[in-house]
Amino acid sequence: MTEHFADVYPGLTPRFVIGESGSRPLSLQEEIAAGTYAPVVTGGLIDQLEQAGLRGRGGSGFPAHRKWRAVRDGGAPRVVVANGEEGEPSSFKDRWLLTNRPHAVIDGLLLAAAVVGADRAVIYLSHPETVSSVQRALEELPPRPGSVAVEIHVVEHRYVAGEETAVCRSINGGLALPLSKPPRPFESGVDGRPTLVSNVETLVQAAWIGRNGADTYRELGTSASPGTMLVTLGGSCRRPGVYEVPYGLTLGHLIEDCAGGLSNGIGGVLAGGWFMGVADASLLEATWCYDAMRAAGSGIGCGAVTVLGCDERIEDVVARLARWYVEESAQQCGVCVKGTAAIADTLELFSQGSAEPDALANLARWGTALQGRGACAFLDGAANLAGTFSRIITSDRATQPIAVN
Amino acid sequence: MKVFLDPIKCSGYGACADICPSLFVIDEFGFAQLLNGGVVAAGDEDSARNAAAGCAENAIGIEG
Ligand SMILES: Cc1cc2nc3c(=O)[nH]c(=O)nc-3n(C[C@H](O)[C@H](O)[C@H](O)COP(=O)(O)O)c2cc1C
Ligand code: SF4
Repeated sequence: MTEHFADVYPGLTPRFVIGESGSRPLSLQEEIAAGTYAPVVTGGLIDQLEQAGLRGRGGSGFPAHRKWRAVRDGGAPRVVVANGEEGEPSSFKDRWLLTNRPHAVIDGLLLAAAVVGADRAVIYLSHPETVSSVQRALEELPPRPGSVAVEIHVVEHRYVAGEETAVCRSINGGLALPLSKPPRPFESGVDGRPTLVSNVETLVQAAWIGRNGADTYRELGTSASPGTMLVTLGGSCRRPGVYEVPYGLTLGHLIEDCAGGLSNGIGGVLAGGWFMGVADASLLEATWCYDAMRAAGSGIGCGAVTVLGCDERIEDVVARLARWYVEESAQQCGVCVKGTAAIADTLELFSQGSAEPDALANLARWGTALQGRGACAFLDGAANLAGTFSRIITSDRATQPIAVN
Repeated sequence: MKVFLDPIKCSGYGACADICPSLFVIDEFGFAQLLNGGVVAAGDEDSARNAAAGCAENAIGIEG
């Protein structure tokens, strides 16, 4: 995958993949000409976010206005953090944004700081190319009287390092590992202050809403999933990459129209990064919106979709992913250590073709019983893998990879 | 009244499930699992408090 390549759904007027940003970084002058850093009326912006229906793009899909309001209503001083760690292995959209439109991220962060009344603003990064691009952008930014200074915090890349309490813990000088909740960062995060931890794309979307209004925002997408989203399409498709797409088309259309269709048939789909587990080819018929993806037993998550080729054996793929969960676990919660190991051992037996008769029932049970059990949602991702695999392996479609062309 | 369980601290001693079985079970992996989303049923407040006090890892928090 070319990491800094992005494009737009055919015929869509882009909101984020503007100008030549799909293939190269925009200069400060180009950003200013596009409206970035133009003043925004901050009063009423949170209401606009609510009317626009903006949901977090870091994976949880949590309504943005609720978090912004909770932080604003918390006691001063407050902190805002742009989360650009992008720990999901199959997602590249935050890296594209930070590399080719770093000023849009800084602009969104400064706006969030002004709206919630923060006196500290941090961009949280791990990928080296994003660190250099954001550094360069901050250096060329003229002094802005009245706005907070923007700091960069660099963390070693790791999946759990992007989890919101790990983000705050690391900025506070600790390990980039999750903490138990409560408290959540909006109550007590960086410096023990009310902290808005927001995905970088969410911030850029919020600034767009601030400049163009909620009604204009809703002109694309569906009524329950308004607007556009940056998705990462990868795996068995002809043009893998980051795409700005409206909600409301089928996943199959997105892959066909943006990514040039399947390149090696389809043996399954990984959605929501890897967080939503595995699906069979029927997921391509589902509409790309929060409700339909959930109804299909999957989810939007951070917007990354990996199509498995028809020659990839689903049992081998899930066994590999389950092992990755064991390795990436922060190993802090007993139930996560034991639970991820049990899932990986069981899926390994499926991969070897020697699973015990009760193995499917175990996977199905862990798929629900392990939800919400860890200090962070990492374990839920492993549980989703177990649960979704147990479901598709019992449906006959999954066992029949579809070859195309 | 609501109870929180810290899964980082929990070592699975099981005192909570003995003291307040309406709110805690020990799962198949040997760690405490909260029932009912941690919401304490009327009449169980004392045993929930005792379970929190009886946890050797101090893994149980109470709100309200
Ligand atoms: C294990 C784990 C890893 C995560 N990694 C990231 C990440 O790399 N980037 C990110 O924006 N959010 C990540 N999140 C979600 C954050 O906890 C948080 O919800 C998000 O940054 C909030 O931003 P949003 O509301 O704009 O989505 C992760 C969550 C979990 C459970
Ligand atoms: S659930 Fe797993 S990854 Fe999350 S804090 Fe606990 S041990 Fe770490």
